[in-house]
Amino acid sequence: MTLMLLAATPLIGAVVIAALGSGPAPFNRPKMLSVLFSVATLVIALIALGQYDIAEGGYQLTSTHEWIDVFGAHLAFGVNGIGITMLLLTTILTPLVLVAAGGERLAQPERMSTYLALILSVEGLALAAFSASDAFLFYVLFEATLIPLYFLIGSFGGPNRSYAAVKFLIYNLVGGLLMLAAIVGLYVVSARAGEASYLLTDLQQLDMSTNTERLLFLGFMAAFAIKAPLWPFHTWLPDAAAEATPSTSVMMVSVLDKLGTFGMLVWCLAIFPEAADWAAPVIIALAVVSIIYGALLAIGQEDMRRLIAFTSVSHFGFIIMGIFAFTTTSMSGATLYMFNHGISTAALFLVTGVMIARRGSALIKDFGGVQKIAPIMSGFLLVAGLSSLSLPGLAPFISEFMVLAGTYTRSIPAAAIATLGIVLAAMYILIMYQRTMTGPLSDDARGVTDLVSREKIALAPMVVLIVGLGFFPQPLLNVINPAIDTVASHVGVGDPEPKTPTQIQAPVAEEGGH
Amino acid sequence: MNEYLSLSLILFTIGAVGVLVRRNAIVVFMCIELMLNATNLAFVSFSRQHGNLDGQVAAFFVMVVAAAEVVVGLAIIVSIYRTRRSASVDDASLLKS
Amino acid sequence: MFDLQWLLIAVPLISGLGLLVWGKEADAFGHLIATAASVFSFIFGVVLFADLMGSEATDRSHTANLFTWIDAGRFHVDMSFTFDQLSGLFVLLITGVGTLIHIYSIGYMEHDERRRRFFSFLNIFIAAMLTLVLASDYLVLFLGWEGVGLASYLLIGFWQHKDSAAAAAKKAFVVNRVGDVGMALAIMTMFAQFGTSSIAAVNGAIPGASASVATALGLLLLLGACGKSAQVPLQSWLLDAMEGPTPVSALIHAATMVTAGVYLVVRSAGIYDASEAARTAVIIVGLVTLLAGAWIGCTKDDIKKALAGSTMSQIGYMMLAAGLGPAGYAFAIFHLITHGFFKANMFLGAGSVMHGTNDDVNMRHYGALRAAMPITFVTFGLGYLAIIGFPGTAGFFSKDKIIEAAFGHSFWVGLGTLVGAGVTAFYMTRLMTLTFFGEKRWLDDVHPHESPKVMTYPLIALGALSVLGGALIFGNWIPEWLEPVVGHAEHHELGIPVWAMTLIITAVAACGVAVGVLLYRRDVAAETPADSSVSIFTRAGRNELYGNQINDAVVVRPTMHLTRFLVWLDAKGVDGFVTGMADRLGDTSQFLRKPQTGHVRSYAATLFGGALVVVLALLAVTLA
Repeated sequence: MTLMLLAATPLIGAVVIAALGSGPAPFNRPKMLSVLFSVATLVIALIALGQYDIAEGGYQLTSTHEWIDVFGAHLAFGVNGIGITMLLLTTILTPLVLVAAGGERLAQPERMSTYLALILSVEGLALAAFSASDAFLFYVLFEATLIPLYFLIGSFGGPNRSYAAVKFLIYNLVGGLLMLAAIVGLYVVSARAGEASYLLTDLQQLDMSTNTERLLFLGFMAAFAIKAPLWPFHTWLPDAAAEATPSTSVMMVSVLDKLGTFGMLVWCLAIFPEAADWAAPVIIALAVVSIIYGALLAIGQEDMRRLIAFTSVSHFGFIIMGIFAFTTTSMSGATLYMFNHGISTAALFLVTGVMIARRGSALIKDFGGVQKIAPIMSGFLLVAGLSSLSLPGLAPFISEFMVLAGTYTRSIPAAAIATLGIVLAAMYILIMYQRTMTGPLSDDARGVTDLVSREKIALAPMVVLIVGLGFFPQPLLNVINPAIDTVASHVGVGDPEPKTPTQIQAPVAEEGGH
Repeated sequence: MNEYLSLSLILFTIGAVGVLVRRNAIVVFMCIELMLNATNLAFVSFSRQHGNLDGQVAAFFVMVVAAAEVVVGLAIIVSIYRTRRSASVDDASLLKS
Repeated sequence: MFDLQWLLIAVPLISGLGLLVWGKEADAFGHLIATAASVFSFIFGVVLFADLMGSEATDRSHTANLFTWIDAGRFHVDMSFTFDQLSGLFVLLITGVGTLIHIYSIGYMEHDERRRRFFSFLNIFIAAMLTLVLASDYLVLFLGWEGVGLASYLLIGFWQHKDSAAAAAKKAFVVNRVGDVGMALAIMTMFAQFGTSSIAAVNGAIPGASASVATALGLLLLLGACGKSAQVPLQSWLLDAMEGPTPVSALIHAATMVTAGVYLVVRSAGIYDASEAARTAVIIVGLVTLLAGAWIGCTKDDIKKALAGSTMSQIGYMMLAAGLGPAGYAFAIFHLITHGFFKANMFLGAGSVMHGTNDDVNMRHYGALRAAMPITFVTFGLGYLAIIGFPGTAGFFSKDKIIEAAFGHSFWVGLGTLVGAGVTAFYMTRLMTLTFFGEKRWLDDVHPHESPKVMTYPLIALGALSVLGGALIFGNWIPEWLEPVVGHAEHHELGIPVWAMTLIITAVAACGVAVGVLLYRRDVAAETPADSSVSIFTRAGRNELYGNQINDAVVVRPTMHLTRFLVWLDAKGVDGFVTGMADRLGDTSQFLRKPQTGHVRSYAATLFGGALVVVLALLAVTLA
């Protein structure tokens, strides 16, 4: 019940704000209302976390209702440690995004209430998707998130927004179509085996022939790889990020794109473990390409928003590599990375969003020496940037290192090449920082003013989280670990043993394999 | 019997050729009516030949539809003529381009 | 009490971060808070060290486990610190020199409107450096390692309104990151091999692993050490780093941070003991850097860059000593400490000189400053005597020990260090003569004056330490003190008695001094001669042995070309494929709409044609 309430709250909020945004007092304050609803959602998420028994792990807070009986589709919700991490990410980010969004200057200010309502509906649909435990329901929600995002990009973006919105939509629909085919295939397999059911627990029991499993896996994987985005399916992201408003970009990259990696980890590995094992070498190779390719392209970008989009391609490469390395360390790291990347990229998008709004240009060369007149802005940019380049002491380092260390035990070349990404990361972030913030103040950038308190309120919690989780990641890892142990034992590859064990060794996690 | 059918065929052919070669919308329209009535004739002949009423029922349907079509079609032609001062079907290609 | 060693780190860290967040209100007193934090760490460090000296020799390593940093799957890292003989020495060096430099900076940065931020960064540096040396896990060490990198980045680029400073800061960080790849891979290898990255556990388990593992770890760690310690081939950032304020150069780029690589090698003694190949690599790196740094030091007219070349060279000595294995570890640390004293002293002295000459760094614009700045002259002179190895000073003891150990290892390595000693004496004499002796070559509006007391007192303290630091070796104290950490230093018998060796070294240094005095005593041009008028050796040295050009040609430009190519490929190739598909789809529609002429009669003709085809087909089917 808690989970349904959790997903419903922002959706109700969206309806209320859209309907009453221009109505009578006290409902004509959409900015305040939207933040109120999102904070209420955060509170419910914290209550859900309180109800969740961390020590026990597994799927909890479950509720199942009949939905479409002939397909075996259910309105089934439930989360494990991975899901609840994603719920936390979404519910923590959305209020901050809404605070920042309230300060954005839209082309048509009178449509602010629609804008905020759409952001809230993205949150609601994402929360529902993260907590769905029925494949059909997940598919419907996965596709439904496209609708508000399409309007967010297409109605509120930059000059080239309709191109970007259509590209985003078609790309994702193609992936969705392949997934739909796999969903239909799952029905056939499930119906042949007995009573048709889309429940995750039932799908995990299915016996499939090797080829069927591989085909269905590829169908799911196509949708997730486009969403995530994995090289070479990434080209929609830079265009969309360059045209969307900062808040939209945050919801898209930090929250919705996580549905891709979440889907791989929770759905693909659970339903198609053998096929995932079969495809792992290719996917790891693509992920390594993503890491290096995304980083190199980020270095070559002139537009800050495209730059951040490409850094995300690189970071998603790390996450996907961690997932498909199938070690508990790398998969825990990948899950933690999803959370950390969400926060760190959100901070980057929001602070560059402010810069772009003040300067009226997103091109790096139009800035220069801004640090002198906007020191707080430059401080936030530096912290967000350093977290993106995985500086130890900041949250993304932990997750990136876990992914690399876990992958190293499986494949030394993949980990070694991926490690080169940290040099490239330093380059793309520091070159951007150098050209925008340092050096003599450029004449054109004189009008840039420092952050106002609304922007500080939105950014400060992110910085606190980035630093805090850099030193104390363990509370979150405690939530993630049991779920990852289950996934790892389901895939059944098992962790490689250390070659020369030492006396003072880490307590060994329960052995994978079945 | 064959005579009726031959007449029907001839009428239909005249109508078809008329539709293809004439430009004036009114004439084209009349040619279409001619084709419809040629089919009606065929229906009725076959009805007679087979000794049941199916063909005649069909002919009635055709007549009703044709009447409705005349109403709509003539209205369109008249309004086109009013606005464009021409009843040539070749001039009416606004949707193209 | 050792359980509280985290306070050493926490106090400057909180002070540093607090000053950043506090904002403008703290401008008035921020530097005092920061200095107090540093003083606290120093005093607490002294207390702990005294406690350590008072305890039994077997009870001198204290590990405090704060909390579990990361625990997932097999990956387990504790946030734990170890205060032992080695890290204790470093704590004293870092907080001691650090405190002096804090005090000095109060005067040096007095007129900078961002002084509070400067002190906050200094505090963060102290905290990170202490994390580095106290860490008892390689990953925690890595945290400090990158932390000092960050502080170094912030401080090199402190005057970021200057393009050159911003570029130098970025370069330092990126080059260090290359080294960090080695560090990161080394830690991953430890994790895969031993299931832990605890320093004690890894070094203890090395004998059980194959030699190739030890070699791989040794080489990867060496790559990290090369980055941080500006050793060839990752040396290029250090000279540019002189863009930072001079106290930063003294603290970070001379006394402490750049020696972290040496610390890392000594701390990983277990790994290097097990691999002859890795040790040889360390020796080669050290020797090459030693000579390259000295070469550069001979040719630079910028006083800070000349000192930076010297720093490279001296760290080369330490590296080389560390590569000698148990015979050299203690001497590497010994030289590291004495070098920390005299090089910090000389950098601060250079800062004092610049302070008196309107921030001019060109030595050719100095000359005869000894009368104008007597205290600076005397303290700098003490540092000078120490670095050239004047008998009785700190450098005399520490460098001699390394040269002796090098001869004990192999004649050629020993010869290299001996040549280095001669060159060191030469370039330091050149620097000394150009700055303090000879005739005045001051620019017109320059009126050299002595610096305020807040700056000269630290100079005096460091000058004294430069002379007295050699006392650490009396009674063979330092090798015995460090023996539990780095192993017993077996004594190599040289072919000749030790006093003869000392005599030879001193004679070589004296030759260097003589050449320096002869060449630069008088008739020095007040402007730097053009590149075309100097010998090829000078030109190469001035261009830092073309390190930047090599980096550019081998790494930077290819990367940039690759980047541009990929940007093109992504737009035209990957995205081109997708948009191309959309375009082809559009073309097909264009083609298909051609028959749609809009003419009623052509549609009718098609209609009839179609009907005809259907009828004929039906007929054909029925008749067949």
